[in-house]
Amino acid sequence: MAWVWFHRFGSPPHFYRLARRLAPWFGWPALILCVAGLIGGLGLAPPDYQQGDGFRIIYVHAPAAWLSLMVYVVMATSAAVGLIWRMNVAHAVAASCAPIGASFTALALATGMLYGRPMWGTYWEWDPRLTSELLLLFLYLGYMALRSAIDDVARADRASAVLAIVGVVDVPIIHYSVIWWNSLHQAPTVMKFGRPSMPASMLVPLLLMLAGFTFYFGALLLTRARGEILRRERNAHWISAALEES
Amino acid sequence: MNISHFLAMGGYAVYVWPSYGLTATVVGLNIFWARRSLRQAQREARRRLAALKLAASS
Repeated sequence: MAWVWFHRFGSPPHFYRLARRLAPWFGWPALILCVAGLIGGLGLAPPDYQQGDGFRIIYVHAPAAWLSLMVYVVMATSAAVGLIWRMNVAHAVAASCAPIGASFTALALATGMLYGRPMWGTYWEWDPRLTSELLLLFLYLGYMALRSAIDDVARADRASAVLAIVGVVDVPIIHYSVIWWNSLHQAPTVMKFGRPSMPASMLVPLLLMLAGFTFYFGALLLTRARGEILRRERNAHWISAALEES
Repeated sequence: MNISHFLAMGGYAVYVWPSYGLTATVVGLNIFWARRSLRQAQREARRRLAALKLAASS
């Protein structure tokens, strides 16, 4: 049963149609969750006792940083699936992740600088968290550069998959950097064992934003993956069927 | 709630609003880029299909 599902999921025409049907189920919840999160985060949550209203940057900074890591894990996992099972759809998903992940890593760094300036007195510090996140941006950019440097899609898939898989070691380094080393960056608020160190009025909007950004990524990924699948496909029969539907 | 008080963000306006502005820009651009990428792929696929039909008919 599981193998039937696996094969169907790996079949380009099936994935193409499924992705088209699923995308709105990610896009609309994303919009609703983010609007609710913004109302809560900008309007209802009280100012922080130390950081005042400046802490409200967390409602965009943390979701961006979360996506930067989550997208990388999705990219490396699908690259590995593509490499091991020679699954074209998985390679298409991995390739679709990179530009999304790169842009949200850059956003996490930029909003982090705007957060760091008032709280730490500096835009940038060569701190373990900041440095390892910058490395993540270079991993995404390197992945994209490697893909665009190789004309043959199958070779580009294999080479970039190896890079993505090797680079995944940076993800736990980023996450644990604030615990392993003495960092300027504050320790995790939500992503830790035990109770989150925030009152519900601050925490709920943050969770809504994190969920909203995750759904939003799902919609983006499904849209991009459809394009990537079309680019790889050489079977005229299903392409004409797929193009008529969309 | 007073709107100018809200916009002042307790003195943090110059850090808070650019953060939200950048985020809105990146979120919007990603939607635009994803749709453009799919449209381009569909256009290329149509062109390829037409070329295949032409080759088959001749």
